[in-house]
Amino acid sequence: MINIRDKGAEVWENWNRPKRSTFVVLLIAAVVLLPFGGNFSFTSFLNTPISSYQAVLVYPVGMFVLMALGLNIVVGKSGLLDLGYVAFFAIGAYTAAILGTKTHLNIWEILPIGMGLAMLSGVILGLPTLRLRGDYLAIVTLGFGEIVRIVAVNNRATGGPNGIANVPNPPSVLGIQFDLLHMQGFFWIILVMILLVIWMVRRLSVRRPGRAWEAIRQDEDVAMLMGVPTLRYKIWSFSIGAAIGGAAGVIFAAKSMYVAPEMFTFNVSVLILSCVVFGGMGNIWGVVLGATILAYLPERIRFISNARQLVFGLALVIIMNVRPDGLLPRKKREKIQKKSVDPIAGEESNV
Amino acid sequence: MNFSVVVSQFWPLLINGLALGFIYVLISLGYTMVYGVLRLINFANSEIFMVGTFATVIVSRNFFGFNQNTDPLHGFRLFYTMGLCLLASMLVSGVTAVLVEIVAYRRLRAKGTNRLASLISAIGVSIILQEGVRILTHSVPMSNPRLLRKFSVVTIGDVGLRVDTLIVIVFAAVLFFAVDRFVTKTLLGKAIRAVSMSEETSKLMGINLNRVISATFLIGGSMTGAAAFLYEMVYENTKYNVGFSIGLAAFTAAVLGGIGNLRGAFYGGLALGLTEQFAAAILGTQWKSVTVFLVLVLVLLFKPNGLFGEAVQQTRV
Repeated sequence: MINIRDKGAEVWENWNRPKRSTFVVLLIAAVVLLPFGGNFSFTSFLNTPISSYQAVLVYPVGMFVLMALGLNIVVGKSGLLDLGYVAFFAIGAYTAAILGTKTHLNIWEILPIGMGLAMLSGVILGLPTLRLRGDYLAIVTLGFGEIVRIVAVNNRATGGPNGIANVPNPPSVLGIQFDLLHMQGFFWIILVMILLVIWMVRRLSVRRPGRAWEAIRQDEDVAMLMGVPTLRYKIWSFSIGAAIGGAAGVIFAAKSMYVAPEMFTFNVSVLILSCVVFGGMGNIWGVVLGATILAYLPERIRFISNARQLVFGLALVIIMNVRPDGLLPRKKREKIQKKSVDPIAGEESNV
Repeated sequence: MNFSVVVSQFWPLLINGLALGFIYVLISLGYTMVYGVLRLINFANSEIFMVGTFATVIVSRNFFGFNQNTDPLHGFRLFYTMGLCLLASMLVSGVTAVLVEIVAYRRLRAKGTNRLASLISAIGVSIILQEGVRILTHSVPMSNPRLLRKFSVVTIGDVGLRVDTLIVIVFAAVLFFAVDRFVTKTLLGKAIRAVSMSEETSKLMGINLNRVISATFLIGGSMTGAAAFLYEMVYENTKYNVGFSIGLAAFTAAVLGGIGNLRGAFYGGLALGLTEQFAAAILGTQWKSVTVFLVLVLVLLFKPNGLFGEAVQQTRV
């Protein structure tokens, strides 16, 4: 099977700077215009049959891409299996709901608070548990996700099983409105966040934290022996992922104006993890593609509503068996080595 | 917080906790054996349990034509009806487990890819099974007719020990003992242990890897099926998503005892069943899973390989 990822990388490397910038600008412009995609006859195939197309773009598509990128830092970059990512999403959403209804803070002011709280909970969870390896970490994070949901069900401050209604919409910025009739506003704000996250991950990957994560993912013992402070970098990866999940949660609460515990089940964690692995762990474009497909597909095929999830499960099994490294896998290590060491100069070129 | 309940309700809590614990023991065998051999969380095991509960209910309802109004059975007929239900449940679950391995894991194992791919594949199979059953049953819960008259056999303290609870405890203990013997004493058991120690070396020793792995799934699956039968006997109800919470608890039990370790699963299952019952009584039912997870985190903090981790090396699957 042809390796699309390497083909793409090859084309990209052969381009010069203006070509690259034009491509990026065009790509971003195309994505910015996506909310109007359902309006024209030649793009009407994009429309989702039952739910509104613009709403689907915000949740699940945009939200899933954002969360999958956050989880990708934890699972794909540093190789920590987190089965309770929904907990951070829930913490962000409940922060927005409680502060939005009880105080006069608006959503933009709550956003950093929600991210901070999610990050803090990531550190608190990470400090004791990140010493554990692989599957033990998986079960502990899974447990954490369930604990957050159960606490939300059984607590008066979080509204119990009924949740919290009337979460305020964010105030308008630069004339862009954010409410039920103007879903494109939410899409754009999520897009900005996605671009920021992509930029951050790309920068981090080529610097010290990225190298530390890569080392931890490949062999933690060796990384530790080479002097990488593994626990510190694992906690960083965990809490950055958590902050992104928290941000997604705040926007989610503001968009749906309502939060309830049943929105934050284990299934959401599984779905986000599926997005990451399905698209190609560790590779940003793979994760974006995987999340887009897995979020959009169930909405698009709602006409077979009853068997929708069944088809989803089938798709997961088939794709994982055909392409076990995901749709767009990360570059293989050997290839990096071959490319990066220039035989004549003998020194590392830009990876 | 209600600690007085521990004193006044000690015996019923203990007995129910043990019965629940023994059901967990059998299910966690499904997780722990597969983990021992493949180093893989068998995510579909909760659905294998669910399929088993439906096999039990369908045999007694459709095959024997029992319903909620039928009188409980006696003597030989009771014995042979329940035996057939048990057999059906173990067979269906065991075969499903083997099929899951062939569909979801075998190809990926041959390719030697990362374990997360297998995990997602297992999640996919799990969704397929759950959704398939949901569509077939129209999301309607099914109740199991009561075949057995539930009288109390002996009185401990001032509480009667019901016959179904007694059967669960005795039967599950016997099954666990049988599996433990099987793994330590027979040739196939030896092969399973060899594969769990080193896949490569056991291949060189002439062990047919696929056969051993299928056998592991068959044993683990049929134990899960037996647990499904026992569960139906006590709780008499099933639904397409019955596996989720029970599977989660059983997996926690396996980790608690040290995953990949048979005897660890035994003690982990019992500890989990008892913790759940007592926590539910003291703190209220809604906090029981929170307590379970907190206990798990605490145990893992001090014993990162679970309670029995690698200590019981010789019985490690």
